Amino acid sequence: MTSVRKEKYGKINRDKVLGFTWDNKEYFGYEGDSLASALLANNIKIVGRSFKYHRPRGVMSCGVEESGALVTIGSGSKADPNVRATTQELYSGLIAKGQNAFPNVNYDFGGINNYLSRFFAAGFYYKTFMGLPPFEWGKGTGIWMIFEKIIRKAAGMGKASREPDPDNYEHANDFCDVLVVGSGPAGIAAAQEVAKKKLDVILIEQDSILGGNNLSEAEFDASLLHNQLESSGIRVMSRTTAFGVYDNNVVGALERVTDHIPNPNSKLPRQRFWTIRAKHIILASGALERHVAFNNNDIPGVMTVNASRHYLNRYGILTGNNIVITTNNDSVYQTALELQEAGSKVTILDSRKNVNLDLPKEIDVHLNTLPFSINGRKKIEGLDVCKATDKNNKNTIICDQVLISGGWSPIVNLVSHRGIKPIWNQENLCFVPGDIKENITVVGSANGIWNKNDCIESGLVGANEAMNTLGFHKKEISFPSVGGWLNPIDTLFEVKSNKFPSKSFVDFQHDVTAEDVRLAHREGFISVEHLKRYTTLGMANDQGKMGNIIGLSLMAEQLDKTIPEVGTTVFRPPYTPVPIGALTGRNVGKHFRPLRVTPMHQWNIDHGAKMIEVGLYQRPWYYPKKNETLSDSYIRETTIVRKTVGICDVTSLGKIAIQGPDATELVNRIYTNPFAKLPIGKARYGIMLRDDGMVMDDGTSWRLGENEYFMTTSTAAAAKVMSWLEELLQTRWTDLKVNLTSVSEQWAGAAIAGPKSRDVLSECVLDSNEISNQNLPFMGVLQTKLKDGTPCRVVRISFSGELAYEMYIESDYAHGMMDILWESAKKYDGCLYGLEALGALRVEKGHVTAAELDGRVTIDDAGLGKMASTKKSYIGSAMRKRGVLNADDREMLVGFFPINEKETFNAGTIVCEKNNIQGQGIGRITSVTHSPELGHWIGIGYVNGGLDSWKDVTLVGADPVRNKQMEIKVVSPHMIDPEGKRMYA
Amino acid sequence: MNGVLVPIQNCTVDMIRIKCPYCGERDHSEFTYGGDASIKYPALDAPESEWTKAIFFRENIRGMQKETWHHTNGCRLWLEVERSTITHEIKSVKACHPQIEKITKNKS
Repeated sequence: MTSVRKEKYGKINRDKVLGFTWDNKEYFGYEGDSLASALLANNIKIVGRSFKYHRPRGVMSCGVEESGALVTIGSGSKADPNVRATTQELYSGLIAKGQNAFPNVNYDFGGINNYLSRFFAAGFYYKTFMGLPPFEWGKGTGIWMIFEKIIRKAAGMGKASREPDPDNYEHANDFCDVLVVGSGPAGIAAAQEVAKKKLDVILIEQDSILGGNNLSEAEFDASLLHNQLESSGIRVMSRTTAFGVYDNNVVGALERVTDHIPNPNSKLPRQRFWTIRAKHIILASGALERHVAFNNNDIPGVMTVNASRHYLNRYGILTGNNIVITTNNDSVYQTALELQEAGSKVTILDSRKNVNLDLPKEIDVHLNTLPFSINGRKKIEGLDVCKATDKNNKNTIICDQVLISGGWSPIVNLVSHRGIKPIWNQENLCFVPGDIKENITVVGSANGIWNKNDCIESGLVGANEAMNTLGFHKKEISFPSVGGWLNPIDTLFEVKSNKFPSKSFVDFQHDVTAEDVRLAHREGFISVEHLKRYTTLGMANDQGKMGNIIGLSLMAEQLDKTIPEVGTTVFRPPYTPVPIGALTGRNVGKHFRPLRVTPMHQWNIDHGAKMIEVGLYQRPWYYPKKNETLSDSYIRETTIVRKTVGICDVTSLGKIAIQGPDATELVNRIYTNPFAKLPIGKARYGIMLRDDGMVMDDGTSWRLGENEYFMTTSTAAAAKVMSWLEELLQTRWTDLKVNLTSVSEQWAGAAIAGPKSRDVLSECVLDSNEISNQNLPFMGVLQTKLKDGTPCRVVRISFSGELAYEMYIESDYAHGMMDILWESAKKYDGCLYGLEALGALRVEKGHVTAAELDGRVTIDDAGLGKMASTKKSYIGSAMRKRGVLNADDREMLVGFFPINEKETFNAGTIVCEKNNIQGQGIGRITSVTHSPELGHWIGIGYVNGGLDSWKDVTLVGADPVRNKQMEIKVVSPHMIDPEGKRMYA
Repeated sequence: MNGVLVPIQNCTVDMIRIKCPYCGERDHSEFTYGGDASIKYPALDAPESEWTKAIFFRENIRGMQKETWHHTNGCRLWLEVERSTITHEIKSVKACHPQIEKITKNKS
């Protein structure tokens, strides 16, 4: 094939020359070129290597269905693999590379696979590397894991960059009355017709210029179209692909904003992900020309016929000197004439016996003739042809290009997304959209209409249908009928070869041959869905745009059924690939999820805190002194809290203000323990269950007044509890007069814990007498003032097991509160402590958090059964008593010690009996810490039957993830001060 | 450590829109799905058998279903929505709480 740029042809701007790099060499093209056209203009024939066999491939189409010219654009972190060169606009400085080849696509060592191809039939990997033949040696030993790595390297497409994506993407939304997808003859007619009535129309076109298949015509002028349409009020979105149609007339679209610009403004997104809601959708998505399976139908120089016409009239490129066109339908004859006029020698092979057309005299037309096999390896040297009626009688036509037309497939993908099955049209050998009950109309060749005037007519009718559904008018409508060729299309999907292995490709991208389809049939994979998965037909990034129908027809032939009986695979979004970056949009890095900081965030950092993310919150993790590690630091902090006093930011707890005459009733119904008689000025620890009787959350509620409570929840469940209480009040207990307000952000909280906490607190408030044991006993609540006069709330409550308090203050005053508390704590040799020490302190006491209350445990499992009232009914009270939840061997909360005190273990360790280390064992460790007081590692968690069943038994902690095992014993979860003397002190 | 996973609510294509009686029509990403709205929860002191029935024996409706949605990132009303489980068509939306329903109905 020798492709050359022709003077006077094409819609490119020859005044603007663009330099680009292909496989490290510099070339030139023009503004308006695609990468593929620029490569063709430079007569570059081999632009890719195939997936499995590493066969050389050239440009095979001029659109999104491209299966040969898959290239990598850009380099480094910007490398974008598997880009279709046919849809990549050329820009100055573009860097493109061939892929799946070493050292390059021209000379590729992987090409050896081609000669071994008889071993690489469908299912080869499944059959071979699960175990080695002949006896499946090594089966089940993970041998596949070794081979997988090698195979993944050898087979495949381009390589994605391993670096973070440097580009921006964004999400956008739009709305319109009518959305038209596609700017071919039908789409433009439809959009203009609707716009005439002053309706809001969006026209989406994936190409950079408008026109669709009009662009393949020499006389079509695309330059003014965009402005014309916009001035008639149509909102035109070019370089935008409608990749999916979803429920309620939502269209997902991807706009390529800067993919065609050399050095884009870094503030612009690379691509924009659109969610468009239209009252009516008109799909004018067009049709794709199919190829035909015959031997060597993939040699560089093979192309669809219509693509060649596009290259001539849009890009001014004559793709071959000596062209053979093979067809089974009428659509190629105009192209043949134009190619001949442009200077090529053209021969047409038509599989049909009779063709009722004015055949061009200057073109050699062979009727009743089929392509049999292409000669050549890296380029076409000739085509063996045979009579359709006598396949043994072959002769060879010398040529440098073979153009194929095996018929046309309407693009029914977008309709198919709505679950509407396409219907087989036997007359035209194609699927057309099925019956649509939604506000979607399909027009033009997407509906199987071949004639251009009929397409325009169907666009106008589609516009009227849209206006009917919008209630704009009521018109009788009638669409032009499917088809439109003078002569019927001939059934030609494959020309069978007598060679074995034949290289009759059905799916170019995944190297699926006709032989593979038959092999799948022989091995029993006859359902279309199985065929697809076994051979990977239609699973490459073109998703079967070209090959699916051929594959179907081959399977139908094997099964002696018709194509509709065999079925079609369901098309799913996206129509063309959508980068993950575009799906993610701006939700990356720090925007991945909201970040919450407590009001004393800066104060914590200023005082040396290392922070950790817990849920959405940034919380102090530990406060290292010089050179201290995390471990040094939290052990010191824990020790100081037990010895003197420590201060910790606990703001992240959920806080809910509960107010109203029925507040007490609500609180009493949701907690398992009695709250009805909680006096004003007292708090109570409470457990909430779900409807099904499992623990939902724990927390405290403080009675501030007759009708007012202040509830704290765990950090993890704050939002869930708030929604749950709202649900109860709005859907079930609508008679209760209670108001809920989330005040988590309004109050900042600090824990003051340790034997000296009362002394510290007494110094911090205006009236130190208020803090006395008598005035503020365990679980007492106080509304008072800091010594600087700021109002605050104090509750005597302990998570650490020490004498401890929590102080809450309006968020704006958090820094002041911390200053006052810290100034006083320093005098008592106190410390600031973080989440790690907080965890250590509570594990020593066997206090549970979200790690233990994981939604699978009952209140009894968690060792809190005493908190379940038997005198009242509450949420979950009936269900927690159901049989299975009371079995004797249910898991129960326990503590764990290592037998060897020097050993450590991790959360997640599985607890097993010594002689039975397997499966889920008999329990699990949920939280661990080093206990400074005990001098070794401790854990809490669950074991079946609880402490009574395993007391004094040596068990094994198995940690297969870290490949670790240690001997452990079960102890009471209350490892320090089990009587609670310290907290009542 | 207390590592807590937070659900990510970055929905890429928002298909359902719910006409909140208080806020107006909004994307479903502002809402949280609740559950079957037709369930009558038993009294708290009802026997286990009644609760079992209400909690574990649910219909799997194909077609119009009454369900609850919480306008979590909006007015925080719990709504009763009639939605087709086949097409996502929404037939009606109202506040679950009868008094709120009365007020919002008059409003719209």
